[in-house]
Amino acid sequence: MSNAVSALNSERHEGFVTVSEAGLVGMITIRSDQASKPLVKALKDLGLSLPPKRGITEAGGLVLAWMSPDELLLICPHDQAPAHTGALEAALAKTHALVVNVSDARALMHVRGARADEVMMKLSPADIQQLPAGEMRRTRFAQVPAAFWRSGREEISVICFRSVAAYVMGLLEVSARPGSELF
Amino acid sequence: MLSLTCPCCGITAEETEFHPGGEAHLKRFGPGSSDDDFEGYLFGRKNPKGVHFERWRHSHGCGKWFLVARCTATLEVFASYSAQTTTPPVDVIKAIKAKRPDWEGYA
Ligand SMILES: [Zn+2]
Repeated sequence: MSNAVSALNSERHEGFVTVSEAGLVGMITIRSDQASKPLVKALKDLGLSLPPKRGITEAGGLVLAWMSPDELLLICPHDQAPAHTGALEAALAKTHALVVNVSDARALMHVRGARADEVMMKLSPADIQQLPAGEMRRTRFAQVPAAFWRSGREEISVICFRSVAAYVMGLLEVSARPGSELF
Repeated sequence: MLSLTCPCCGITAEETEFHPGGEAHLKRFGPGSSDDDFEGYLFGRKNPKGVHFERWRHSHGCGKWFLVARCTATLEVFASYSAQTTTPPVDVIKAIKAKRPDWEGYA
């Protein structure tokens, strides 16, 4: 059995905010009609309700995010991902749906600190100041797609593809260097 | 700068979050069509100065295609609407006419 390793091995940089890779995280993509009864029931079994447009719901260490009209993302502990994927696949077997464990195709970063917003403002065209808690914002991070949300007080979490994890970490590290604060 | 609203996820963002897909409401002429129709389908584009209908994809966001009615001269956006339409919907036409009373209409 091979060892699962995250993209950047929890790389961490201290700037005017702290940027760090989150290590191993489970992520499951669910493509389905979101009104589908088997889907709603399967999510309910996990304690989760369907998020509103662009919204996030959370329960018991799980995060469920609205990604597009026919796509949800379930974020869970890395070792739970295969079991959740199997359970969701079984629940949706008779519907037109797709459940894929994408944990090892993604990376998750944390930006922590009072000025976390300023790092995001340098990198994304999204209106960060207007981003409410509980919303998943999919957007552009310099040259690559990324998604982020307010995952805690003074904390923003960023999801990107594993193939560009080093690029995104480079962006975050440079943008968080002391002396480069925006305000 | 061109700001677009994606009708699929509701986000309003600037142009670089999207990818343009050319003129909207093209009718496909494939195998069996006349040479003139096929040539028109491949190469014939309106390219107006003024009101224009375009396809856009929310490529860095929700990933969905949608359509936009906008002015090519001023970048003013009149409406964005579902890609599952073959002609501009009535409310889109109305929104354009409210801003451009002398517009000749969709043909
Ligand atoms: Zn969108």
